[in-house]
Amino acid sequence: MTFINYASKEINCKIVYYGPGLCGKTTNLQYIYNKTAPESKGKMISLATEADRTLFFDFLPLDLGSIRGFTTRFHLYTVPGQVFYDASRKLILKGVDGVIFVADSQEARMEANIESIRNLEANLKEHGFDLSTIPYALQFNKRDLPTVVPVDEMYRILNYKREPTFEAVATTGVGVFDTLKSVAKQILIELKKR
Amino acid sequence: MADFVLYEEEFKHLEEALRRLRQEANAKAVFLIDKNGQQIASAGEIEQFDVTSLASLTAGNVAATDGLAKLIGEREFSVLFHEGQQDHIHISIVAKRAILVVIFDDRSSLGLVRLRVKRASVDLEKIFDTMAQKSDRGAGPGGPASPFSEITDDDIDALFGE
Repeated sequence: MTFINYASKEINCKIVYYGPGLCGKTTNLQYIYNKTAPESKGKMISLATEADRTLFFDFLPLDLGSIRGFTTRFHLYTVPGQVFYDASRKLILKGVDGVIFVADSQEARMEANIESIRNLEANLKEHGFDLSTIPYALQFNKRDLPTVVPVDEMYRILNYKREPTFEAVATTGVGVFDTLKSVAKQILIELKKR
Repeated sequence: MADFVLYEEEFKHLEEALRRLRQEANAKAVFLIDKNGQQIASAGEIEQFDVTSLASLTAGNVAATDGLAKLIGEREFSVLFHEGQQDHIHISIVAKRAILVVIFDDRSSLGLVRLRVKRASVDLEKIFDTMAQKSDRGAGPGGPASPFSEITDDDIDALFGE
């Protein structure tokens, strides 16, 4: 749910990074944080366990500049990927404007990817959203690892609605901004339609 | 899902209500936050706080507490209170969709804050009602045009420096 503030001339949108445990959601946010000019970003918050696993969410506010006089601000959130944190995951999707699914390209994680997309679909539905209509992009992360599944096979298994799909190595930043831009654009185009 | 639209007039009314609450409750700062974690308005010594982080963490806190309430069969816990050594936070739900945060120290008291928050909530709810009516009107013909109805692909590309 986009928040349009005519008084402060601001528009705020919420993007959620979704995906199975250890797929690189937090790493995506950390890369964006490190590469963004200080004046365009706020503090990054990570609610993590002592072992650095996401417990509730990571949060990064990002200022993209202005469009027709309105400051465009994106709030990026990650969900905890581990299966048993489903209750928390559901909460983060509240009021979401767009979703980025980060898939782990390793062969051994394919089942976890599939399960996580199903979980996303179900949790969106509970908030009254539909994965087939919400702004959405798919990222094949960890392309630098030796045991990755070929891209066309991953596409066949994980692509939901011919959404834009990106190969990525979040640790070095490959594909990170392209994925973000894709969803941000879709959100703004949605706004235009309303 | 409908967007949340805030116009200048209601923004001024909200700020005014928050300023009054801050003064009457003798609080350090007062914030109004959307349940999704966006800051709506504020009053008081706000410059000492990272407002964006505060808004997102408060919304997460309220969402988690809502989840807890449902787990034990309650509809909601409408008030949260965090007691610190010097500063304390009083959090309450207003008009079902917003979160009112009052930060105060020992110059005030929990009792006073609770009393003033109750009174302020009534005023804030009225303003939210007006906002909802305006928003419904805006969706139909004759309402204010969205600033985004005429954005072009070039505008969007420019945003990303392409």
